[in-house]
Amino acid sequence: MKQDSGVQALDALDRRLVVATQKGLPLVPRPYDVIAAELGVTAAEVCMRLAAMLERGIIRRIGAVPNHYAIGYTENGMSVWNVDDAAIDELGAQVGSLSFVTHCYHRPRHLPDWPYNLFAMLHGRDRQAVMEEVAQIREMLGDRCHGHDVLFSSRILKKTGLRIRD
Amino acid sequence: MSGERQLPAALDELDRRIINALQGEFPLSEEPYREVADALGIDQQLLLDRLSRMLEERVLTRFGPMFQIERMGGRFVLAALAAPEERFEEVARQVNGFAEVAHNYRREHRLNMWFVLATEQPGDIERVCRRIELETGLPVFAFPKLKEYFVEMRLRA
Repeated sequence: MKQDSGVQALDALDRRLVVATQKGLPLVPRPYDVIAAELGVTAAEVCMRLAAMLERGIIRRIGAVPNHYAIGYTENGMSVWNVDDAAIDELGAQVGSLSFVTHCYHRPRHLPDWPYNLFAMLHGRDRQAVMEEVAQIREMLGDRCHGHDVLFSSRILKKTGLRIRD
Repeated sequence: MSGERQLPAALDELDRRIINALQGEFPLSEEPYREVADALGIDQQLLLDRLSRMLEERVLTRFGPMFQIERMGGRFVLAALAAPEERFEEVARQVNGFAEVAHNYRREHRLNMWFVLATEQPGDIERVCRRIELETGLPVFAFPKLKEYFVEMRLRA
């Protein structure tokens, strides 16, 4: 597996800040003051640290994570594709640029059971909408695609997100 | 924590505006909710009440920083297994019991359980996979990402 570039270890305060915020920000008028009091630093320090982690990509963004079922995206299909290895970066970039694709990755095959090496997560308000998205991707991939499947999710079994130990 | 497939929630226009506004950048200022409320033209307390209700009703799964564990030296890895139908609930409980399992979805396929492992140490992924195999008695297929082409977790409400 390729090592992600720009990996930086967290210092002790950053790590405590992750632990203090991973379940969410306090819903009070001055949320950073609350975190700061918990960590024994100033709110300005908390904001500076969060800004630095955003800058370094340790935090992707700060905000709301909607439950996609609840906001109407009731169908979630993981589309998986067996594409030529030589073309995968080009094809992955094309598929990833489609507006309805929320995640797109190159992942390993597990032959003979699993021939698929390109994964694209699709969301739609009904299954028909997702299947139309699949048809669009199929056409885009052309003869460099040798098979595909769509795995619809039928139930969320767990969704807690990252939890690092205190 | 787990749940049957949820029906779309009854969201009003303001709920949708709030969800969409909070999928952008959240201010790093003394009173960030006030800034967001001002931009939406509503009272800060109304924003806090709505957020609190949407979290309570699980319209939002969380509100706060979204961390990329890889940038801290850790790993996220997608993995799957084929749980026999008659053991599905038991296997789901076993898999969900691991703190390293961040998400878990049932999918319609022979590989019917797909979960994401998040660990602080890259080497721990392999160890957690082996422990899940041991506990469930089922082979775990790991799908580490070889390359990321796109990730955009925002969805318009």
